[in-house]
Amino acid sequence: MKNAGLRCFLYSINEQIRALAGSHPKSVLTGFKCVQTHSLQDLQQPAVSSKVFVQRDYSSGTICKFQTKFPSELESRMDKQQFEETMQTLNNLYAEAEKIGGKSYLEGFLACLTAYTIFLCMETHYEKVLKKIARYIKDQNEKIYAPRGLLLTDPIERGLRVVEITIFEDRSVGSGR
Amino acid sequence: MSQIQHAVPDGPIRYTQICTRSSSCSSPQTSSSAAAAGTEPPSCPGHRGRTPRRKWQVFPGRNRFYCDGRVMMARQTGVFYLTLVLIILTSGLFFAFDCPYLASNLSPAIPAVGAVLFIFVMGMLLRASFSDPGVLPRATPDEAADLERQIDSTGCSKPPPRTREVLINGQTVKLKYCFTCKIFRPPRASHCSLCDNCVERFDHHCPWVGNCVGRRNYRFFYFFILSLSFLTIFIFAFVITHVVLTSMFDSFTALRTILEVVVCFFSVWSIVGLSGFHTYLISSNQTTNEDIKGTWSRKEGKDNYNPYSYGNVLTNCCTALCGPLPPSLIDRRGLIQADTPQTAPQSNGTGGGGSYAPTQLHSHMVGGYHPGRLQHGGGTSCQLCCFHAAKISVCTVW
Repeated sequence: MKNAGLRCFLYSINEQIRALAGSHPKSVLTGFKCVQTHSLQDLQQPAVSSKVFVQRDYSSGTICKFQTKFPSELESRMDKQQFEETMQTLNNLYAEAEKIGGKSYLEGFLACLTAYTIFLCMETHYEKVLKKIARYIKDQNEKIYAPRGLLLTDPIERGLRVVEITIFEDRSVGSGR
Repeated sequence: MSQIQHAVPDGPIRYTQICTRSSSCSSPQTSSSAAAAGTEPPSCPGHRGRTPRRKWQVFPGRNRFYCDGRVMMARQTGVFYLTLVLIILTSGLFFAFDCPYLASNLSPAIPAVGAVLFIFVMGMLLRASFSDPGVLPRATPDEAADLERQIDSTGCSKPPPRTREVLINGQTVKLKYCFTCKIFRPPRASHCSLCDNCVERFDHHCPWVGNCVGRRNYRFFYFFILSLSFLTIFIFAFVITHVVLTSMFDSFTALRTILEVVVCFFSVWSIVGLSGFHTYLISSNQTTNEDIKGTWSRKEGKDNYNPYSYGNVLTNCCTALCGPLPPSLIDRRGLIQADTPQTAPQSNGTGGGGSYAPTQLHSHMVGGYHPGRLQHGGGTSCQLCCFHAAKISVCTVW
């Protein structure tokens, strides 16, 4: 959990280094080595964090949907509007993944005909949308949540039970050198 | 600082050793013999053969995993082997002794159709038995603590109520708290005592299939029993036909015929009956669990109806059989990383979205900022997987 304090800070550095050094792991590591001393000096004290869990909303049945109610712990950190927008978009994306209609029936029917071996070669529609969701969450973290000292965890990492939002204490974590 | 310099070449090895020390299951001696290879890039020097463990190795439920986590079954698999033996033996006898006569005297289509049915039956059986039925991963300690706080704050009486009521489509549904998994079970989920897991849309635990039947493998189970019904009727009919047409009885023929007829006769009555029952369940969008408990049956003085039904038999069937197949929420083949939250008694990797072909998913998955290198399908935690060296220092600092 204490790692999470470093995580948010390193997140922003990660992206900057990646842009500079390309995505090769070694060059990223090398690039990061020189930044480590700065990060350790900056973060001698752990960035104490707390977590907010946004639970599932089962009012529409068993489909994957999260509550859009704004948690009180985040009141000092961000806009209610932005939070609700994020949650609504997430809910829409999950609804798209689980949508039953012509396309999903066709996929299911074809899969049945091929005795489901077709999924060895291609992804299911659900998996494609999950990737889209991950990209969206990454994007939201970069633009909205990380600058406010928050971190959204992809619900799939929590078994689609909760949206975990980590709150970092306000240390001077803003600048990545 | 020197620690960092030293740490970088060893990188992940040292990191794994330190950061999984709290896990009761992680131990250096297992990883040297672990077949979980390919976890470190070959370019990483100083590799001492200590590969990180996969999440299935520390899975808290009572399941058995084979093929390095690709296959997942219940603990007791004896009856499953019996199923396999019965199907293969009966079909084998049929193809070996009855089909040559039937192909030459009646039609070669008979063994062909029989073969297709047999392959389909085996395929569906293996798929139902080996896949994740829709197990819900257990709550992380933070989540569990948060839920406890919420529960304790609401109730004034002791003990506080551990149910939540939800209105679904006008029906009040009670969500129960699972003490083992430390979560409020979603609607239609149930905890299987044999496998010790909460399973989504839990139908029943089938010993013949050697696994629970839940959201992710219900359609395979249904196609298995349906195609098995056709196969048994097919074999039964043509064995009788063969016997009637030849009317030549030696002792071996008699023995073989009796065996096939007896197996098929009992199978027909049981399997066909079961198929009919599940067809009814699918068309009304109920689970075996709900039907047995009479959850949605008409009660006096109560307007009880099934809130999950689409109202239309065709829609219910299509959704159950051809609807989207959700991915596995337990990341069986993911690697255990230190920043993955562990559940209290044993470390457990939290849901990371694997699928039936998990390797395929991981290399393309979300956190695939390092395609091909990363096994863990997580989102935010993967973003820091570059920084193994930094993490080592972090672990030692606090």
